[in-house]
Amino acid sequence: MGVQRSTIIFAWVLLFPALLYVTIIVAYPLVDTIILSFTDASLKRVTNWVGFENYGKIFNDTFASVIVRTFIWTFFSVSIKMIIGTLGASMLNAAVPGRALFRVLTMPPWIVPMAIGIFMWGWMYNGQFGMISGLLQRFGIVDSPVAFLAYGSTAFWATIVTDVWIGVPMVTLYMLAAMQAIPQDLYEAAWTDGAGRFYRFRRITLPLLVPSLVTMSMLSLISTFNSFDIIWILTRGGPNGETTTMIIDTYRTAIGSYKYGEGAARAVLICIFLSLFCLAYFRLTSRFSTGAKR
Amino acid sequence: MSQPAMINRYKWYELIGIYAGILLFLTFVLAPFIEGFLVSLKPLSQLFSSPYRFIPEHGSFDAYRTMWTSVPGFGWYIFNSFLISGSITIIVLILVVPAAYAFARFEFRGAGLLLGAFLAVKMFSGAVLLIPLFRLMRSFGVLNTYFAMIIPGVAFIIPTGIWLLHTYIRRIPRELDEAAYVDGASQLYTLRRVILPIAMPGITVVAISSFIEAYAQQFIYALTFNSKTEYMPLPVGLFAYFGRQEVVWNELMAASFVGIAPALVVIFFLQRYLVSGLTAGAVKQ
Repeated sequence: MGVQRSTIIFAWVLLFPALLYVTIIVAYPLVDTIILSFTDASLKRVTNWVGFENYGKIFNDTFASVIVRTFIWTFFSVSIKMIIGTLGASMLNAAVPGRALFRVLTMPPWIVPMAIGIFMWGWMYNGQFGMISGLLQRFGIVDSPVAFLAYGSTAFWATIVTDVWIGVPMVTLYMLAAMQAIPQDLYEAAWTDGAGRFYRFRRITLPLLVPSLVTMSMLSLISTFNSFDIIWILTRGGPNGETTTMIIDTYRTAIGSYKYGEGAARAVLICIFLSLFCLAYFRLTSRFSTGAKR
Repeated sequence: MSQPAMINRYKWYELIGIYAGILLFLTFVLAPFIEGFLVSLKPLSQLFSSPYRFIPEHGSFDAYRTMWTSVPGFGWYIFNSFLISGSITIIVLILVVPAAYAFARFEFRGAGLLLGAFLAVKMFSGAVLLIPLFRLMRSFGVLNTYFAMIIPGVAFIIPTGIWLLHTYIRRIPRELDEAAYVDGASQLYTLRRVILPIAMPGITVVAISSFIEAYAQQFIYALTFNSKTEYMPLPVGLFAYFGRQEVVWNELMAASFVGIAPALVVIFFLQRYLVSGLTAGAVKQ
């Protein structure tokens, strides 16, 4: 039908600007990254093809340990975010006076410029004068000041805590929205049958939350894996590279040392991991939706 | 009818448990702000003294006055932040509104795949594409201008916008379009005069959440693609100040608070829209 065809053309006309924009600013750079990763591109005028040399360098370099560290960092950060966020959401979901206010108070870390929140953490971690070290001493948990960002192990956890802090509001509000979408009749039926509050949470809320938990974990995984600002502002990957994650190393290699080719190879590796996460996510969600149909 | 009320009745120890939990949770979420605010009130001599004191003695708002001279570009940084976020929001709306309408109303081949592709864009936000984006900005000749911060910013906010708005438009009854079509209205006319006015609340949500996202995340592109102090947005401007050997913490915190004030005001007045905008997708149809 003629109408049909003109309708489809109209749809594509409407889509075209956004599509073109994303093609130039995202798809083309993605291809460019892959091409660059096979070259020795740098500030030099001449660029040569080097085949897989950059990738070879990655693996016999210290980069392998960076990959492992990135995964550990991401794993803890995402898990803690999900646990605190889900617990927070279930408390905010309780019908107690003041909950509207509590929900609003949850939002600031998410809404304010990320960098500024991180500056505040930078001060709190300060060893001589910061709040955390100060309070720990006051309560007698430690004897002397702890400079959290000066030692590898504490800096590692300090950056995780800050990342959790920034991510928790989104997880909380998202899980809260998911909880509120659960039909109230289910709870009422269970309540009529004499099911207690904890039982209802375990047998109704949790099972129905699984799809949202998976979605949120995946979204959180992607953003955490890419998390740059927190580590860069707090430690710049230090001390001794002990908070250097893949993205930090990529930035350092490419922007800090102008080794575009080697940086691009690292970026490609990150993209591969991200795509695998996405693939896993689509697999999981399609399983849920077919499960729901059955 | 009393059932829903009964089911929500808590015993006293349950109430105490819930409030204690919420208190603990909000302490974690708000502690940096409280500490930051108290620091901004403390004179430097007290900041750099042991033992640690939580509550300032002789607190004053001096830092809020002196910061304007110690951070010379401060006013500009805030202006730049607003200019960049505002421009990003406008461009995002121009691109997202027609695209979201197309996804919501027309069934064409590959629509689902294309929507997925738009969402996948989100995956590459931040530092992953930094190198080619740097080269791209250089070849556009926009390094060290506002455009170097606006152009990449837009791309990574488009996905959320399309997602939010297409679910919103989908809920508008199709009969409206059909009625307009029967009356002889063109498709463009239908979009402009029928759908857009009804979708305005949805578009408002997209605008607010785009602005907030752009305002909250302007760091890495601004750090890498611009080195001119006069174009820096607030986070990068303050980062330069933060990186100095001797940080004047009370002024830095005062400046941070003035910088986040707009966001806090937005939260306060628009939280209803914000929550629905930021958490859309939690509830899938």
